[in-house]
Amino acid sequence: MSFWKRAFPTILLMLIAGSAFAAGGDLGAVKKSAVNIPAIIMFVVFVAATLGITYWAAQRTKTAKDFYAAGGGITGFQNGLAIAGDYMSAASFLGISGLVFLNGYDGLIFSVGWLVGWPIIMFLIAEQLRNLGKYTYADVVSYRFERVPMRTLAATAALIVVILYLIGQMVGAGKLIQVLFGLDYVYAVIIVGVLIIMYVTFGGMLATTWVQIIKAGLLLFGATIIAFGALYLASDGSMSPERMFQKAVEVHPKHGAIMGPGALVSSPIESISLGLALMFGTAGLPHILMRFFTVGNAIEARKSVFYATGWIGYFYILTFLMGFGAIVLLTGHPEFADPSAVGGIKGGQNMAAVNLAAAVGGNALLGFISAVAFATILAVVSGLTLAGASAISHDLYANVWAHGNVDEQHEVRVSKIATVVLGIIAIFLGIAFEKQNIAYLVALTFSVAASANFPILLMSIYYGKMTTRGALIGGWLGLISATVLVIIGPTVWTEILKMGDPIFPLKYPALFSMSIAFLGIWIGSMLDGSERAKKEHEAFIAQDVRCQTGIGAEGAASH
Amino acid sequence: MQEDMIHKIKSNPKYHELVSKRSKFAWIMAILMLVVYYAFILTIAYDKPLLATPLWEGATMTIGIPVGVAVIVFAFALTGIYIQRANAVFDKLTREIKEEVL
Repeated sequence: MSFWKRAFPTILLMLIAGSAFAAGGDLGAVKKSAVNIPAIIMFVVFVAATLGITYWAAQRTKTAKDFYAAGGGITGFQNGLAIAGDYMSAASFLGISGLVFLNGYDGLIFSVGWLVGWPIIMFLIAEQLRNLGKYTYADVVSYRFERVPMRTLAATAALIVVILYLIGQMVGAGKLIQVLFGLDYVYAVIIVGVLIIMYVTFGGMLATTWVQIIKAGLLLFGATIIAFGALYLASDGSMSPERMFQKAVEVHPKHGAIMGPGALVSSPIESISLGLALMFGTAGLPHILMRFFTVGNAIEARKSVFYATGWIGYFYILTFLMGFGAIVLLTGHPEFADPSAVGGIKGGQNMAAVNLAAAVGGNALLGFISAVAFATILAVVSGLTLAGASAISHDLYANVWAHGNVDEQHEVRVSKIATVVLGIIAIFLGIAFEKQNIAYLVALTFSVAASANFPILLMSIYYGKMTTRGALIGGWLGLISATVLVIIGPTVWTEILKMGDPIFPLKYPALFSMSIAFLGIWIGSMLDGSERAKKEHEAFIAQDVRCQTGIGAEGAASH
Repeated sequence: MQEDMIHKIKSNPKYHELVSKRSKFAWIMAILMLVVYYAFILTIAYDKPLLATPLWEGATMTIGIPVGVAVIVFAFALTGIYIQRANAVFDKLTREIKEEVL
């Protein structure tokens, strides 16, 4: 610990100097590429503030519970904002507003699918998760089952989801920073990697949570100004959405078609499968599930979903307004035009929200929102890295490799090493995937999360007859089938590998891979007549009592 | 948790009341959400023009927009309703059970 305390201020200084240098190095290019100074100043302020928080959090992060779960002392309201922050990633902020800018109504379909998973999480797993688990969702799925194979399965699935999600975030980060700050891609990816390693290793979950909360607040604030500012300007000052829609239909190349559903959802099967992946994928994301252990009890866990759902829903309505505002205020305005990019605007469709910020609030708002977009990536990547590091240290190292016989301080040290390693891996993945088409990652991440993590989690809480064997069969089948079906589906097989018609017709295989997982769990458990299975049936009673009442659940830390 | 404690809780009628009330309510709410969401997305799959119908004569705003926003608001409202009932009924029962057995 003392090493970290001594090292912290030094690295902090180096980093601030590094950012300043990066900013300084940029200034020469400003005149040509109009990279804006407010953005860099605001970003440096944000980084300095978050490093300050990390220093504060490092003083308070002593035990394993502090490191993994912020001591269990986060309130429902705070956690709701942090969860919303995890969800309002750069991909959803820039991606959905870009999708609305490009296709209109279709953007809303994604938003709705991503939101409706939250009530389900609240009704079926939030309180149960808090009552049964300690630091990771693997605690819950191995509660009454064989420790080693169940932890291995849960941690493997968690790591796969984390890595897939990380690739998307890192590549997005590099490109975004390139566009916004004019920094070199590789340099941008390295800055992200170094910063998140610092947040997580020094500040643990406490720093990760507060970075996320601050960013969520900034993003909601910025998005509110852009969305309503855009509505005001696009409706000629009347604030009437109808007026804005009229003007959008006039200028958009697809005209009236943007006001109704387009090509996103075609066949009923496709739509059911997409809906399942979006909804239940959320309930299988390890960095989100981990947040339920940071609050004091089940009541606070439930409250956090309420606040999260509200903030996320509000945010999605803002992205919809932003998309339409961008259609009106960017189309046909030469200062934002770039005929060679997707959607005909600078930086392509994903920069619609950023360009819109400039159209609404000039350079200052553009700078603010650029800094917030970068902050978003830092915060989300930190959460992901911590979830991945916990899967390695708490599940694989402490419980699988050392069979639970490990000193707490030692486990935390392993977690910090894992964080550094994951941060470095993230940097390399970001660089390796720079020029790759990563469009399949969303489909793959959400399909794996919905097909491997979610079924074993749900069934371990509700299905008293589940056994280790059934869970392993279902979990591995879900993981493998989701991966294989995405690979032989339209996105990878046809678009990326260019192998002709897809073998499997759906982009999102969740309908099939989830069914396979649940069937595997059910049949595997039914056919399991072992002695161990009988003990596991009996152990369900005790698990259920704890799950229902919270008696015996992990308490909040006293400090 | 000790064997006798589990037995004590299991034989408490309030525990059974809690479990049956809460699971029934939770599953009804979850199914309600699924039905509303799938009604929305299957309408998109089967009848796209329906959602693209103008909201009133001569409007640019289509039915689909308030419907989409309504699904979002509905999801949030459901979480609010669940909290209301959980605070009023489930937490009270849980407290009583704890007082009786601990």
